[in-house]
Amino acid sequence: MSQDIYAGASETTEGRVFTVTGQDWDQIADGLAEEVEERIVVNMGPQHPSTHGVLRLILELEGETVTEARCGIGYLHTGIEKNMEFRSWVQGVTFCTRMDYLSPFYNEMTYVLGVERLLDIEDQIPEKAEVMRVLLMELNRISSHLVCIATGGMEIGALTVMTIGFRERELVLDLFELITGLRMNHAFIRPGGVAQDLPPGALDEIRGFVALMKKRLPEYAALCNANPIFKARLVDVGHLDLEGCLALGLTGPVLRSTGYPWDLRKTEPYSGYEDYDFEVQTWDTADAYGRFRIRLNEMWESLKIIEQAADRLAGLEGAPVMVGDKKIAWPSQLAIGSDGMGNSLDHIRHIMGESMEALIHHFKLVTEGFRVPAGQAYVPVESPRGELGAHVVSDGGTRPFRAHFRDPSFTNLQATSVMSEGGMVADVIVAIASIDPVMGGVDR
Amino acid sequence: MSENDHTDETPENAVPATTEPEVRTVGVRTGMFGAKGSGDTSGYGGLVQPVVLPGAAQRPFDGWHEEVTSALETALGTAGLEHAVESVVIHRREITFHVRREDLPTVARTLRDDPALRFELLSGVSGVHYPADEGRELHAVYHLLSMTHNRRIRVEVSAPDADPHVPSIVATYPTADWHERETYDMFGLIFDGHPALTRILMPDDWPGHPQRKDYPLGGIPVEYKGGTVPPPDQRRSYN
Repeated sequence: MSQDIYAGASETTEGRVFTVTGQDWDQIADGLAEEVEERIVVNMGPQHPSTHGVLRLILELEGETVTEARCGIGYLHTGIEKNMEFRSWVQGVTFCTRMDYLSPFYNEMTYVLGVERLLDIEDQIPEKAEVMRVLLMELNRISSHLVCIATGGMEIGALTVMTIGFRERELVLDLFELITGLRMNHAFIRPGGVAQDLPPGALDEIRGFVALMKKRLPEYAALCNANPIFKARLVDVGHLDLEGCLALGLTGPVLRSTGYPWDLRKTEPYSGYEDYDFEVQTWDTADAYGRFRIRLNEMWESLKIIEQAADRLAGLEGAPVMVGDKKIAWPSQLAIGSDGMGNSLDHIRHIMGESMEALIHHFKLVTEGFRVPAGQAYVPVESPRGELGAHVVSDGGTRPFRAHFRDPSFTNLQATSVMSEGGMVADVIVAIASIDPVMGGVDR
Repeated sequence: MSENDHTDETPENAVPATTEPEVRTVGVRTGMFGAKGSGDTSGYGGLVQPVVLPGAAQRPFDGWHEEVTSALETALGTAGLEHAVESVVIHRREITFHVRREDLPTVARTLRDDPALRFELLSGVSGVHYPADEGRELHAVYHLLSMTHNRRIRVEVSAPDADPHVPSIVATYPTADWHERETYDMFGLIFDGHPALTRILMPDDWPGHPQRKDYPLGGIPVEYKGGTVPPPDQRRSYN
């Protein structure tokens, strides 16, 4: 027996319990050989590196076949929805951006769209703000899909896919940092528009990125698409047909891998998506390989949208990025200095030296915030993982009465059982990776 | 005013039948700024305003809202549930059906299966706690999507705090499984007929239901440079 006090065997009323910490498989095999029963229950996670975050899988095995699979979630629950009820409507963006940390702009976007609908200012959002939102969301779709492909590759042992995936994602995060000041958790999309105008030179950087990605994306295809090992692990694994998807509420690449072209950007366009030329990507195999190919193809479509958005932004220099209503938009047009932060000296001179009313207005709007008419709204967006929607309820106050997020990771993770029961243990990992759950979004 | 003066009976002077929808007060807001625990010197301290949610809409509705409502009425009438829908609210072009809780499973099945309705996808279940909405404190809100017709509706049921029971719709929409568990976890709403209604996000032995309005946010005062900042739910705030 091992000397490690954490790794050993103990007897419970449920049967014999082994704690596995690695390099102790012989001991488990010897221990199990004494058991008459074939059936074992494996607790995988919540710290297992292949479970896409702090996901706990409870697998009942017979040999290497999974007979039952269940998920244990909640390890990353941070009470974001509750916290939002104690902050102003604008501050809410700062909280919800942290939920699904791989697609922060989508979290902000669905919440902001809900608030804007309640404020009834949907038609007043400046064009430049809408184009910038689309640009950021599509860049975000690329970075999110890259992480999905990268971690999915890593989980099946394809480490090169991981390294090149994170290499390209870093380029997207650099663009985010240039535009919003932060790599993640941006809180950049605000009710009424976006927080800042594009910095000088951003469009050139974006065009450079698109050109580079057009060279790099074929590398993924060359590395994976026809790779026999890759296909052996992915083809026909994690199968879920259209009926199953609808019953379990699955959306996004999983739904599109059944051949059904359902994409909210086309079916319920928001933020001007109807003006962009792109195709909804589908596959007809309803398996993990199809979902991988869809994500790869969607990155190409995102590049197309980014190019169109960049062209439109080139013609919108100096246009407003915030709604004209001064009771919603913060009056301060803060300027970012060379240190990445800083205030507009002109504005500070104005509010501190020239206008008492402007100072009061600024103070009230920042501390108290604006009031949102009572009611409820639900405006979903197509996040990289599927339908992400915020149910925003207002009682007419300066804070959300309730904000609930329908996160696609949460809903899609329910398919773990149907996708993996009856298959091999190793296929559970592939099935979950093909759902691409982000635990920050699942647990919120 | 003479006895023969009937001007108030002429059609143009008649008081129109009230088109103001029935409104339900779900709370009261006092003062102008919602300051609590310190003197309100603004002079608006005595101001009392009811919190009113958008009221029921009047028939006929616009566009497909009318189609969906009629189709649902017809289908429910056939099933003998004419009164299942208590009211219909249309606000910001989103339609909400307030449904009697005992009829929810039939309404859900009808919404999914009727060819004119076809709401195949349940987006989710969201709870809302209105502590001042007496007798209907807990609301469960269902967002439904019809991919066939590309329409979205919202179905809302309510239950009193004293009897927090709502029938489960997992049998119709299996996706409601985790969503109902989450709503139970966060609000204490018990979904009767759910296959395994256990906590999902909070630990199994957690006391209370965190998203209820009577559940404190929690937090500790933070000291910084000699000053103390109280936790967010105890700060002076605006409502």
